[in-house]
Amino acid sequence: MNVSANDDTVRETKIFEIKDCALIAIATSKRAINLKELQSILTQISLDSIYYHFWGGLLQPRFEEREYNNDFAAWAWYALHDAPLGERLAVVDPNDFSNLENLRQELLEIIDERIDEKESLAYTLATSYFEFIRSQIVIFDTLEKAHNPEELTALLPDMSTSSIFYHFIDSRRRLDNQGDDFRLFLNCHGKKYEGLCCRLAAIDPYFGTLSELKKQVVEVFSAHFS
Amino acid sequence: MSKLLKAYAQVAGHEVVSHLRQLAKPLVGMKVVHVNSTRVGGGVAEILEKLVPLMQELGIETSWEVIEGSDLFYQCTKNFHNGLQGKQIRIPNTQLQEYEKVNSKNAEKLRQQLEEAEFVFIHDPQPAPLLSHCKNRRGKWLWRCHIDVSRPYRPTWKYLRQFVSGYEASVFSLAEFAQNLPHPQYIIPPSIDPLSAKNIELPDKEVASVFNNFHLDPDRPLILQVSRFDRFKDPLGVIQAFKIVKKYVPDAQLVLAGGGATDDPEGEQVLQEVHGSSSDDPDIHVLLLPADAHRTINALQRAADIAVQKSVKEGFGLTVTEAMWKGKPVIGGNTGGIRLQVINFNTGFLVNTPEGAALRIRYLLHHTNKRKEIGIKAKEFVRENFLITRHLREYLTLLTSLHFGGSDRLELN
Repeated sequence: MNVSANDDTVRETKIFEIKDCALIAIATSKRAINLKELQSILTQISLDSIYYHFWGGLLQPRFEEREYNNDFAAWAWYALHDAPLGERLAVVDPNDFSNLENLRQELLEIIDERIDEKESLAYTLATSYFEFIRSQIVIFDTLEKAHNPEELTALLPDMSTSSIFYHFIDSRRRLDNQGDDFRLFLNCHGKKYEGLCCRLAAIDPYFGTLSELKKQVVEVFSAHFS
Repeated sequence: MSKLLKAYAQVAGHEVVSHLRQLAKPLVGMKVVHVNSTRVGGGVAEILEKLVPLMQELGIETSWEVIEGSDLFYQCTKNFHNGLQGKQIRIPNTQLQEYEKVNSKNAEKLRQQLEEAEFVFIHDPQPAPLLSHCKNRRGKWLWRCHIDVSRPYRPTWKYLRQFVSGYEASVFSLAEFAQNLPHPQYIIPPSIDPLSAKNIELPDKEVASVFNNFHLDPDRPLILQVSRFDRFKDPLGVIQAFKIVKKYVPDAQLVLAGGGATDDPEGEQVLQEVHGSSSDDPDIHVLLLPADAHRTINALQRAADIAVQKSVKEGFGLTVTEAMWKGKPVIGGNTGGIRLQVINFNTGFLVNTPEGAALRIRYLLHHTNKRKEIGIKAKEFVRENFLITRHLREYLTLLTSLHFGGSDRLELN
């Protein structure tokens, strides 16, 4: 068994190798009970942790109906009871940032802005701690391959939800253009798939479960080839 | 695919089992040993009962060993349990000496097996010192803590920390339980086994039989708490809540059903207190069930209208998961892992006091449709998140991660 800690799965190829993944959460033992502490830890926490609190949770046990698309926004609302901060953090779209460091800076900006507006909020005790968590992801090859988009369409219904996570969500961290593996693959097969790419780009993966996301992806592909 | 894996594929999905097989590939042939302190009773034994054969089916050489201890040893470990959950308790030196002596004795018996294993899971504080007796160990050792240690009594934790800090990693059920330790602390919630006697589908006739067997009225509302008779499960608080409910719903019935764990010497005393406070009400049924009464508990959970788990401290609360799997709304104490499972108005209600529990019981008895709607959501929530297949997936991920190195991204080629 060969193992690579460097991710080299992103390569322009006409063959779509279906990968799968599993994610494990790791406590950092860093926790914040007020906004000042959150701000302070956020400046130095590893980028894995920011990744986890935006995306990683989708592969972890949690209630399916997410009201907020990231854990920072949920904490601001449920534990700090500050609706303006919760709302501002909730609209942060990680896809708008070329890397996680820039995403971190945006979060800090929003927190700074809110503390400027209401200084007392910095030390207001939240009703529960924000627990910073990071994650490890293990990626493995399913040995399934699609040589063209039609083959991929046929394989999609049997893909696991974690495989969808890897190719549709995790890919946003791996690909410079913030896209997903499906669009990368389709683009290699010519301009005739531009419409399909647009429809894939229009899928909002934030609020539903991975099962729902998979259903949407399958439907978009099936509709194109039907 | 083996018969066992096929059975799980039917409940959890074929892709879930296929995922497990792929994830297990790099671990095939490795030796894994689980060690705990009881073969029956309690959530840990229930999990291991199925986790071990499942790991074996996936090609991992897995075994399960149970340490043997004296009464004094179990008094000590019960005190650890209470101390780790925040109770200020001074543990006599005689008990601590017995704790270390028992571990040393068990190490003599288990040493060879533990030293040869690639991975050793030590469950909870009881066998934690075994590591210090296995100087020639070749594998990686993990301390799996199933207890709510979010606010431990510091002297208790300080004593145990000396045994735990040498492990390669520890595993907690929730991030808030993590402690200051010099190794990675993984977060893995526990799970239930949908095919165990406690959770498998039962014929209607068998479910209905509990009404006869325990002198319950099938036409009256039934509220149930299943748990050991332990102060942290707050059975007296449940009785207090029920007494409030009866003012508004006079025909309600309460069942407090508990088994004993062989490593819990305090249960008898709590049981006496429960009898004392319920003897004046014939609608409160206190059932002390044998440790293997899994189908009876299953039937009781299916027969109930509402499940209660009003713990004041809880590692995870597998009885919550079990009741939700049977489509029941749960009223749970706002603590530990119950918070991960019970979502207000979606899978049940979180409460902080007997009064709060009484209010939510009244609400659910009044809103029959809401009760059903919550029950359906609760079952699906468990299917997605808290079945043993998810638990196993996370263990396999953890073992792979430990075996191949600590990078945040590992790609197996």
